[in-house]
Order: sequence, then C-alpha cells, then structure tokens
Amino acid sequence: MIKERPSDKIVCGCSQETPATPVAGRQELSRRPWVKGFLTLPSGDVPLVTTRLSMRDRLSTIRVRWGLGRMKYIIPPGLYGLGRPAADSPLLVTANYKLTFDALRRELSGLDVWIMVLDTRGINVWCAAGKGTFGTEEVLARIEAVGLARVVSHRKIILPQLGAPGVAAHEVQKKSGFRVVYGPVRAKELPAFLAAGMKAEPEMRRVRFRFADRLKLVSLEFAGSLKYLLAIAAVLALIGLLAHGRLAVWDFLPYLGAVIIGSSLVPLLLPWIPGRPFSLKGALAGLVWALFLIAGGAAGFLPAFSWKVAVAYLLFIPTISAFLAMGFTGSSTFTSLSGVVKEMKTAVPLMAATFGLGVIFFGLSFFI
Amino acid sequence: MRYLANVTSLRYDEERCTGCGRCIEVCPHGIFSLNGRKAVLGDRDLCMECGACSRNCEAQAIRVRAGVGCAWAILRSQWRKGKDGQATCCCD
Repeated sequence: MIKERPSDKIVCGCSQETPATPVAGRQELSRRPWVKGFLTLPSGDVPLVTTRLSMRDRLSTIRVRWGLGRMKYIIPPGLYGLGRPAADSPLLVTANYKLTFDALRRELSGLDVWIMVLDTRGINVWCAAGKGTFGTEEVLARIEAVGLARVVSHRKIILPQLGAPGVAAHEVQKKSGFRVVYGPVRAKELPAFLAAGMKAEPEMRRVRFRFADRLKLVSLEFAGSLKYLLAIAAVLALIGLLAHGRLAVWDFLPYLGAVIIGSSLVPLLLPWIPGRPFSLKGALAGLVWALFLIAGGAAGFLPAFSWKVAVAYLLFIPTISAFLAMGFTGSSTFTSLSGVVKEMKTAVPLMAATFGLGVIFFGLSFFI
Repeated sequence: MRYLANVTSLRYDEERCTGCGRCIEVCPHGIFSLNGRKAVLGDRDLCMECGACSRNCEAQAIRVRAGVGCAWAILRSQWRKGKDGQATCCCD
C-alpha cells in the first residue's frame, strides 16, 4: 500500500506554483510600519527596520499561527538594514515569510547588521530549504540583485543553519566569492553567536523539541484538525438523528476526545507515551480513552451504552487518534522520510482494517 | 526523543572526507564530529534525512535520500501526485 521509495520528492510547503515576490521600491516600503527610515547607498536606498514588534505584528502572528492567511504573509525580498549598519557589519540571510522576518529582527536589538531577504515565496527557512527555494541559486541571484559586493567590505554571509539543506556553501563561495557561515538554529542565539566571532556552541546547532515547542505547534495542528472534527461531528449528528431522532452530546464527545487526543494530547505528551511510531502512540492513547469510556459506562459515572457502542469505540477511537498522531510526524524535528515510510507501511493497512471493521460492524449492528 | 532505529538512508564514505567540518556545522542533530582530520559518523539513528550534510559536502563523502518525514506528504505522494513532482505537506 505504501511504496518503499516514493517517486516524488517529499517536501514541506505548498505544491502550487507561487509566483515570485516582486522587489518593492522605496515608496511602497515606506508604507510598511516596521520600516522606520532609509539608508542611501550608491547601490540604492536600503530600508531600515525596527527590532520592535508592533501590536499589529503580534496580532498577525497569532492569526497566522492559527493557520489564517499563512501563505500570503510575505515581505518583499531584498536588502534591509537594522541599527546603523556599515560596510563591515555582518550580513544575515533570511526568508521572506513575515513571521520568520519578525522572529529574526526582534532578537537583534542593539546590533548593527544587514539583512538579506531571499524570495522563498513566503515559506519559512526550513521548509523552503527542503523545497529548494531557500537555495544556492536564490542566494547567488539575490547577492547579485542587491549588489552586495558593493555594500559590504567583507566577504562573509551568515545563513540560518536550518537553511543548509537547500544551500551548497561551497558553490556559493565558488560563484560569488562570499563565504557562507551557518549561524545558530534559533534567532535568539544570534547575538551570542556574533559576539563570539561567529562561533556557535554545539547546543546552538541542535534542533529541540521541548514541551513549549510542541505547545506552539499543537495550536496549529488543532486548527488544522478542526475540519476533520466538523466532518466527523456532521456525520455523527446525522447518524444520531436517523437512529434516535435527536442530537445527543454523548454521540459526539467520545470521538471529539479521539480527535483531541490524536492532534493535541499525543504531541504534547510525546516522550512519555510508549512506542516509537507516532501512530502506535496515538492508538495506545486512544485505547486508554475508549477503555475509560467503557469503564465509566459500566461503573455508572458516565451514561450507560450498549455493547455495540463499546465495540464501535474500540474500533474507531484508537484509529482516529492513531491517524492524527501519525500526521504529527510532519511537525516533529526528529522523524525521517525513511522512518515514516516504514511506520506507514504497517500502520496504514492496520488503520484501514480497524476502520473498515468498524464500518461493517456498524452496518451489522442494525440487524443484531 | 528517538524515532525508529536502523532506517536512515545516510551513507558516509570516510575515504573521501577532507575534514572541512561542514557536516558538523550543519547537522541539526549533531551526528558528526571531527576526529583529527576526518569526520566521524556517530549515532545514525538520530538522522532525520534533511540532506544538509550531503548538500554541503564538497568531497561528496555523504549521501542521503533527503526528504521530510511527514505522513501527510507521503500519503499525498501515493494518492495524488504533486503538480511539479513534489509531494508536500502543510498546504493551506
């Protein structure tokens, strides 16, 4: 069912062809609230940006984190300045996703740096590097377009480490003369990295996946799973109406729980749930929930239900949780393509089987 | 946190290594270290196949089938081909 070697390149981001983001002129840039002035150089006017995030920036961040208008949160590519950059100031390279740009500039107060924004079509550094839009060619083209060799007197550019999957540092150097230095994973550590003479401690080079990191992602995942939730709720409402002629909250709650467990609880509790495959973690957590419901019904602290409902819980709930938990592989920072393919080769047929059994059982239950 | 063991497609050929240290600089899981004038491959099971090391290895000592470990993207690649031959996750 799941092929060993997917024929396509497996990447993040959108497969739809996003048009190149146009470079903006002084007039257009001066309307951006985060541009506070311009530096006039022989090569052109360089907008100076503030390190302070306005209320509007913060509200937009919240909106985008919940998945609204995420693909259109774009800033014009090109060269920007921060503080009072001079010819010998360091140059940082980043993506033109506004959230990425904000996350970078807010960490740079008190510094004088250049920021070269690549056109990654509004995608963050990591995902754009996987797609190749944060890549060698774009770095070379942007160096050329902004006339970097005339702006800075040194020949070093600092790229975020998470851009490395898309950029061949040696090719950039060969073709442009600029030496690529990979900075730390997190923008927060840039001041320390710069202060240490562009040296990163090993810890700065590691991606993490702590509880707080997962909490941020879970809000996105939850927003993403809402549509499944609504679809499941609609189907259950219809079935409830057909079967009982009424809407009962206990027709929904067990399955709502399964969705929340798979999309939120398993990701949050990831290291503490047994098993390595995400789908196994999801199935186990779902099973605990199904058993809790059955125990509650039997012991009387939850509304009682027939054995047929119990069987449906056992088949559907772990399947739903397992499926959604498996989806979190894409958000994690430690799963590999080969690993997820291996997991899915077992998990997908199993999930299809339990789901199919559930449907068959549900159909038969009208006649038992 | 660890994912499945013995699955990575990462291959390292020490003979070709020139000891430039780029792989150590770019690996987000610190799999490589420098021992004298050669890179040493440590815990392969931590590899997430991002491809940063092989892309930045001028000596072509490292090979890996790069991609993202994303179940949604893999499902899309099986069931509905991406228009540009890329299977993707997280599309609005």
